[in-house]
Amino acid sequence: MSALQGWADMGGYAGFVWPAYGVALVVLGGIALQSWRRYRASRRELDRAQR
Amino acid sequence: MLTRLANPARFMRMSGAALPFLTITTVGVLGVGLYLALFVAPPDYQQGESVRIMFIHVPAAIMAEGVYYVIALASFVALVWRHPLADVAAQAAAPLGAAFTLVCLATGSLWGRPMWGTWWVWDARLTSVLVLFFLYLGYIALVNAFDDPGRGARAGAVLALVGVVDLPIIKFSVDWWNTLHQPTSILRAGGPTIDKSMLVPLLIMALGFALLFSTLLLVRMRTALNERKARALRLAAPPRRRGTEIPPAPPDATPALR
Repeated sequence: MSALQGWADMGGYAGFVWPAYGVALVVLGGIALQSWRRYRASRRELDRAQR
Repeated sequence: MLTRLANPARFMRMSGAALPFLTITTVGVLGVGLYLALFVAPPDYQQGESVRIMFIHVPAAIMAEGVYYVIALASFVALVWRHPLADVAAQAAAPLGAAFTLVCLATGSLWGRPMWGTWWVWDARLTSVLVLFFLYLGYIALVNAFDDPGRGARAGAVLALVGVVDLPIIKFSVDWWNTLHQPTSILRAGGPTIDKSMLVPLLIMALGFALLFSTLLLVRMRTALNERKARALRLAAPPRRRGTEIPPAPPDATPALR
C-alpha cells in the first residue's frame, strides 16, 4: 500500500473520517456559496432599482 | 464603536473595505488548519485516526454555541436600544448557526459510531445540542412568519433570548449528568488536557471557522441591506407609464450602499 493510500485509509476509519469532512464541506461550502450568490443578486437588484 | 456602526451606510462602507481581507484570511487559516488536521496532527493513542473528525467537530460545536450568543446579544440590543443593524445581524447569523450545529451533530455521529458503538444516544449533551438546532430553525421560521418584518424581528428576538437557557445546559450537561459525551477538555480549570500537537490544529480550525462565520455574516448583512434599499427605492419611485420618460435622478440623490 502506497503512502497516499495508507493516508486515505485513515487507519481503517476512512468510512467515518471522510464523510465527516465531506459533510462539513457540503454544508459550510453550500451556505457560503448560497450567501455569495444572494449577495451578487442583491447588488444587481440594487443597481436596477437605482437606475 | 457600536453606535458609530449604527448607521447602515457607514456599515456598508466599512464592511465593504474589510470583506476582501477577511475572505483571504479565512481561506488561508482554513487551509493551514486543514493541512495540520489531516497531515501533521498525530493519531490518538486510543481513537487512532478517527480523532481527525474532532478537528471539524469541536470547532463546529464552539461555533454552534458562539453564533447563538451573537444572535442573543444582537436580539437584546435590538429589543432594548432598537439598534438598526441588530435585527439584520441576528437574522443574518441564524442560518450560519444552524449550519454549524448541523455539522457538529453529523460529525459527532460519525465519530460516535466507531468510538461509542452508536450513531446517537439521547444523553444530555447530544439532546441539548439537538434542541439548539431546533432553536435555530424555530427562530428562522418565526422571523419569516409575519407579514410585517418588524413584528417578525421582535418575535424572533424574544424567542432567541428565551432560548439562551439552552446554552448553559449544553455547557454543563457533561458535568451535571452522567453522559456518554466526554467532559470539557479545553476550557477547564487547570488547563487543557489535550496535547499541544492536537490542541494547535484544533485552535487554528476554530479560528478558521470563526473567520468563516464573520465573513459570511458580513456578506449576509450586506445582502439584507441591499435588498432593503432596493425595495425602498422601488416603493419610492414614481409609477412608470408607457411613453413617459422618467428624468434621471441627480447623482447624489440616492447614495449607493455598496
